[in-house]
Amino acid sequence: MAEKYLLTRIETPGYGGSLREYTATGGYEALKLALAKKPEEVCGIVKDSGLRGRGGAGFPTGLKWTFMPPATDPRPRYLAVNADESEPGTCKDRVLMERDPHSVVEGVMIAAYAIRAKAAYIYIRGEYRASKAALDRAIAEARAAGLIGKPLASSGLGGEVTLQVYTHVGAGAYICGEETALMESLEGKRGHPRPKPPFPANFGLWGQPTTVNNIETVTNVPYILTRGPQWFMTMGTKASPGNFLCGISGHVNRPGVYEVPLGIKAKEIIDQIAGGVWKGRKLKALIPGGSSSGFLPAPIVETMVMDHDGTKAAGSMFGTGAMIVLDETTCVVRATKVLCQFYHHETCGQCSQCREGCAWLDQICTRIENGDGHASDVTALLALADGMRSKTICALSDAAAIPVQLAVQHFRAEFEQHIAERRCPFGNRKMEIHHDGLHDESHIHNTQSVHTDVLTLHGIQHGDRVVGAARRA
Amino acid sequence: MTLPLRKPSAAQPAAASDPRTYFSAATLAKFDAQVAQYPDPKAALIPILHYAQEEKGWISRETCEVIATYLKMPAIRVWEVMTFYPMFHQEPVGRHVAWVCRNISCDLRGADEIVATFYKKCGIEPGETTADGKLTLKLAECLGGCAAAPMMDVDGIYHENLTPESVERLLDGLK
Repeated sequence: MAEKYLLTRIETPGYGGSLREYTATGGYEALKLALAKKPEEVCGIVKDSGLRGRGGAGFPTGLKWTFMPPATDPRPRYLAVNADESEPGTCKDRVLMERDPHSVVEGVMIAAYAIRAKAAYIYIRGEYRASKAALDRAIAEARAAGLIGKPLASSGLGGEVTLQVYTHVGAGAYICGEETALMESLEGKRGHPRPKPPFPANFGLWGQPTTVNNIETVTNVPYILTRGPQWFMTMGTKASPGNFLCGISGHVNRPGVYEVPLGIKAKEIIDQIAGGVWKGRKLKALIPGGSSSGFLPAPIVETMVMDHDGTKAAGSMFGTGAMIVLDETTCVVRATKVLCQFYHHETCGQCSQCREGCAWLDQICTRIENGDGHASDVTALLALADGMRSKTICALSDAAAIPVQLAVQHFRAEFEQHIAERRCPFGNRKMEIHHDGLHDESHIHNTQSVHTDVLTLHGIQHGDRVVGAARRA
Repeated sequence: MTLPLRKPSAAQPAAASDPRTYFSAATLAKFDAQVAQYPDPKAALIPILHYAQEEKGWISRETCEVIATYLKMPAIRVWEVMTFYPMFHQEPVGRHVAWVCRNISCDLRGADEIVATFYKKCGIEPGETTADGKLTLKLAECLGGCAAAPMMDVDGIYHENLTPESVERLLDGLK
């Protein structure tokens, strides 16, 4: 079994995550080591380790930190830590926050020190009350012990910097996991992503230099400090070192959050770690890294390795490393429809390609699944998805289009069968649920009948009801 | 063509109530502590809306106006933020609120049966409240309980690895 570090404490029977238990197992040693160095040296160590962000994009963390302005820049700077964790399938950061909150706090403090932040805000999704409570308790303990809120030496700002760590809650909007939307939301606004440039490192929270890191990313940092970048690179692959937290869900015998090295075979996670596909069934498809990474068919999954390059080579992306397993009895059209409903609900509405595109994808997938699809619908889906790629302020539009593109690419016959037979060959289970549950089934059929006749790919003639429903008007 | 000017009407709302009388002292203390975290008090808006909802049950137009007074910002700014975030109830809800996750991992493991159980047991569909005002059912997008699907959030507590039977027991236990 490969070496573990992120979950070692959590998997120790009886570990409760208090300050006493954390320090007794080497906790806050890394912070002491970091404070004895200059912030640039801490950046250097993390850069040398090759750590890549675990929030989705996989950007090298140390490099991101060096984008902050030089120490001579007098502006206040901030660290925003992304604990919005709302990518469907992703449930890993929660484990760290709830069960080893001090490891998160220590990681946050070191990251904040490395970028010379005066305050760190941990943006936690509103539903994660348990995570917020655990972190608030840990922050209070750390403050009482003099770890937070006391001046940090060698800040290089011609004085001493006092670091504060705060938690902040969101209120159920997926888009706030996008770093610039997160900052808008933290400022008390709607979560509308900002155009880049300017980049957060120059113009972030309240217009000041800001770095945004994921919870799991910063939690890796203390271990890198105490054990060294060389140790870190012995795990994982050359391009993607270290372990990652793999949340595996769906049709497996033992769904859960497991710590595994990057570069592990996807099949090994499914068959050995998660106990194989449930009910003795065969694998049909895998979503490798959260809903936005789309569907991959079993033959591709057979040989795929779970890291940034391996998932890319398979035509998908690593994302958050959240694997969702679909067994052979699953209807891919229904699964695609569920995801399209999600993106339709979550689009912020700023960019027309995304606002309209997500609504149409949802409409069309829903009617195909319900047996009302048109012969031209598959082509329409692809044309719509193509029009949503790389054309918007943020990546939500791409994230909505990718699952549709991959589903059609690998399971086109299934879409066509639905349309030809005018029914779902897997049996359409009825949970007609629409946005917020504010709309009952009759409403959906109603909007469908409105839209079925007016859809033209280039036309603007839509009768507005669906778009209006996307975000409570 | 000139647009007609809107005349002030008699239906204009009265000046918003004083936050000090509208909210309890305990809630106001939470507001104050939250505001102290930020260089700009407006950043506290979303946490403050949560605290307001904890006290009032939902967010009315009046609540928005009082919060606007408290944060010294236009009421429309509070309203636009409140309506963006699904966790804020824009109309009164039951004494208990259940959010059942409908997203992919839960859907694959039978979220539809969980929703059906609510209908069978309480006669409500998503978006509805029982006639006695006890329970509101809402559908949630992924709540991060994927590895223990299907799951739901009832009054802020996660219930995971649900079965129709466990949901029935839970609903029986609601006061």
